[in-house]
Amino acid sequence: MNENYINVVLADDDEDDRLFFSEAFDELKINTKVSTFNDGVFLMDYFNSEEAILPEVLFLDLNMPRKSGLECLKELRANQKFKDVAIAIYSTSSSEEDVENTFVLGANIYIKKPNDFKSLKKVLSDVVTLNWQYHTNGLNKDNFLLRL
Amino acid sequence: MKIFVKFDLHSVCTKVLENTLNNSQIKHTMLGFGEVDLHGSPTEETMEKFAEILSEYGIEIVQDQKSILVQKIKDTIIDMVFNDDNNLHVKSSVYLSETLDHSYGYLANLFSEVTYTSIENFIIIQKIEYTKQLILKGNLSLTEIAFKLNYSSVAHLSTQFKKTTGITPSSFQRIIAKRKELLK
Repeated sequence: MNENYINVVLADDDEDDRLFFSEAFDELKINTKVSTFNDGVFLMDYFNSEEAILPEVLFLDLNMPRKSGLECLKELRANQKFKDVAIAIYSTSSSEEDVENTFVLGANIYIKKPNDFKSLKKVLSDVVTLNWQYHTNGLNKDNFLLRL
Repeated sequence: MKIFVKFDLHSVCTKVLENTLNNSQIKHTMLGFGEVDLHGSPTEETMEKFAEILSEYGIEIVQDQKSILVQKIKDTIIDMVFNDDNNLHVKSSVYLSETLDHSYGYLANLFSEVTYTSIENFIIIQKIEYTKQLILKGNLSLTEIAFKLNYSSVAHLSTQFKKTTGITPSSFQRIIAKRKELLK
């Protein structure tokens, strides 16, 4: 079973954040394949293309130029094709309004971006492990809500 | 009009499995716990087709002994949590090792190795899942749910819910309700 891996996608306009994110995943014991996109337009182009490999988890930064995370979230949740993708909001904001609003719009996970690498690794590991349980045990994804 | 259905996953899967076996004309005996004894050995082609049909239902034939045992641990836990005349008052470690006839230490190590999580954690995830279902069904109060799932108090359940999901039971309920509102 351990030769399995999880596909993960991140859309974030901040280059440092993308770098930390990929590095954190490299150090986790769960095997992952990470792809990153610089903004919402690139992300949605990929998701809507024929050759797209849909990830198990998509991490979305809320504030991105051209197309925001919120717009991506709405577009993705309006399309049945993407219903199996768990969507994690990955944001610097932790306002209750943003959290609840994105959950209502169909996000599964809300992560406040951690300030240090160690916490980042911990948070990503928690997300992937729990998502793995939903994925492998047929748990009801409609009820999957997690805030970290 | 709206109706709500309650389904027992175990019976659903068993029925699907049995029908598929019959349709594929594989002679068998159902042993329960996801175990099936095949009479003789069907051709590779038959087995391949059979596995393909099952995979449409998300049912997978597990091959190696380790995965089989882990699957049994999971089934036992799910049965323990979701069955109404549940065995939650028995210590789960004792119940698992007696039911599966292995030491708890062995089961716990094997489980963590294959699933990336611990047995304790898996039980908590399942209990919280069940809590979510019961909250959404709406005919039990949180206190009644806590009692049903053998929590010492409603506070204990709320804390574990918050710790596992990051949100409180009442915000969970509110969010799901708002989502449904949005879909109308």
